[in-house]
Amino acid sequence: MKIIVCVKQVPDTNEIRIDPITGTLIRDGVPSILNPDDRNAIEEALVLKDKNPEANVTVITMGPPQAKEVLLECLAMGADRAILVSDRAFAGADTWATSETLAGTIKKLGGYDVIFCGRQAIDGDTAQVGPQIAERLNVPQVTYVEALEEQGNDLIVKRKLEDGYEMIKIAKPALLTAIKELNVPRYPSVGGIVTAVQEKEVEVWTVNDIDVDLTQIGLKGSPTKVKKSFTPDVKGKGVILEGSPEEVAVKLVANLKSKHLI
Amino acid sequence: MKDLTAYKNVWVFAEQRQGEIMPVAIELLGEGRKLANEIGVELCAILLGDKVEGLANELVKFGADKVYLAESPLLSTFTTDGYANVVTDMINEYKPEVVLVGASHIGRDLAPRVAAKVGTGLTADCTRLEIDPEDKKLLQTRPAFGGNIMATIICPDNRPQMSTVRPGVMQKAAKDDSRTGEVIKVDVKLQQSDIRTTVLEVVKEKKAKVNLQEAEFIVSGGRGVGSAEGFKLLQKLADKLNGVVGASRAAVDIGWAEYQRQVGQTGKTVRPVIYIACGISGAIQHLAGMQDSDYIIAINKNPEASIFKIADYGIVGDLHEVIPKLIEAIDNKENIFL
Repeated sequence: MKIIVCVKQVPDTNEIRIDPITGTLIRDGVPSILNPDDRNAIEEALVLKDKNPEANVTVITMGPPQAKEVLLECLAMGADRAILVSDRAFAGADTWATSETLAGTIKKLGGYDVIFCGRQAIDGDTAQVGPQIAERLNVPQVTYVEALEEQGNDLIVKRKLEDGYEMIKIAKPALLTAIKELNVPRYPSVGGIVTAVQEKEVEVWTVNDIDVDLTQIGLKGSPTKVKKSFTPDVKGKGVILEGSPEEVAVKLVANLKSKHLI
Repeated sequence: MKDLTAYKNVWVFAEQRQGEIMPVAIELLGEGRKLANEIGVELCAILLGDKVEGLANELVKFGADKVYLAESPLLSTFTTDGYANVVTDMINEYKPEVVLVGASHIGRDLAPRVAAKVGTGLTADCTRLEIDPEDKKLLQTRPAFGGNIMATIICPDNRPQMSTVRPGVMQKAAKDDSRTGEVIKVDVKLQQSDIRTTVLEVVKEKKAKVNLQEAEFIVSGGRGVGSAEGFKLLQKLADKLNGVVGASRAAVDIGWAEYQRQVGQTGKTVRPVIYIACGISGAIQHLAGMQDSDYIIAINKNPEASIFKIADYGIVGDLHEVIPKLIEAIDNKENIFL
């Protein structure tokens, strides 16, 4: 079984702060991490590999050279092969152009049974790249996967809905997007880290190594453009209540009662 | 390049589940109406399903000038392939200039697939939509980097301009029972073999539903709550106010609260009467989901926490000490300050 996992290196958005004077993002010191949903995607690929020892797990990412770090982490977790697709030609890509690049990479890998993506990346939160890769490869998809079972050539997938779930049967090859309910990602073992560092290598591919339409990648190939960006408004400051916990509690309740709110 | 002038009208995907129109569809009709009026075109709804014709009139009452109705037994339950093929055919045939889709688990599965089939851009989770007065193009504003910045996105050279909009963000359209409109039955070319997945069952979970979006009082906790145990204290206060407990992404990521309680850019957008933020620092990702609450109360140990910037009432202190006192004060009918 051939399994492909698409991952992304992202800034930890919980750690991002805004410079109060310039109103711009403070990126310095913000750690780069493996996107959380992608960690569930790689874990599920490794679960399938645990059950099918002949299975081969290839992890790919599009990104700048430092995105190698997250691929090393995936190798240490147990992935067999890792490819960084990195080229200036990809810069400024929206989800359309990103999916073209990743689909073009997958085409070059020649055959697959399952492709896993995380549901969405925390820097953009679009949840678009997975389905768009599936469309470009003309394979069926299931998004928001919270449980997965193999049944012959089929996969039985539990897809999370807002008010419940649905059970879906899908034949391989298929693309699935993982959510955190799917599994508990493993930590890289010491052995895994040693093997990753000593025996495995992150391959770096450029635009020349993949099967893409050059008019469909990077900023130029992106149908959506950023017209402007700005920091969100926050409303004016309110009242700070002071005193002991009991005093502030009484003041607050009095204020709310006087406004007939409680 | 496409002939952009061939594309007219604003479309709303009228998501229905088990024959019920989802609230987000009514919100999109409210927003779509404004956009259609600004451009000077018609507002249309697209409705897919099996035996759902009765819903078409509802959509008219909520503002649709036209309803494109695609009915087939193959569309009775949502499937990516079934719905994506039919919506794509409709777009190619009738050529809308704007297509709005609710960012539900169904909309977020469907819209990217349709955009890729049609060959156009898609902007996810928009929180504001406007028409550029100069060129009538759609300005799609959305949060990025966890809500730390807002970006306005355009789709200049491709049509339709497609956006998903999160449930709860836009105001619902008002219902007018006297409105009339046209229902257009669409020829569905879909074949069974086009659908590569089989939905074995759809299960509604009965577990206590957390209805954040309808709650008037929300007591929400973040990293500062300290533990899953700490959330029980929040629950006590919420019970006292007939409210529900919400959580920040940080608290959900750690596992102290379930995802369905998450408020913020990647969770739910809420606008209760009172929002009590306990131990929440106020990352913009969180503020994006609750800043429209009528009253915001913040309890946090750190006087510098950004949550205080938007709070109507701020309490600098330990929530574990303050909340029990708040519960007492609510119980005490003879509050001396009254």
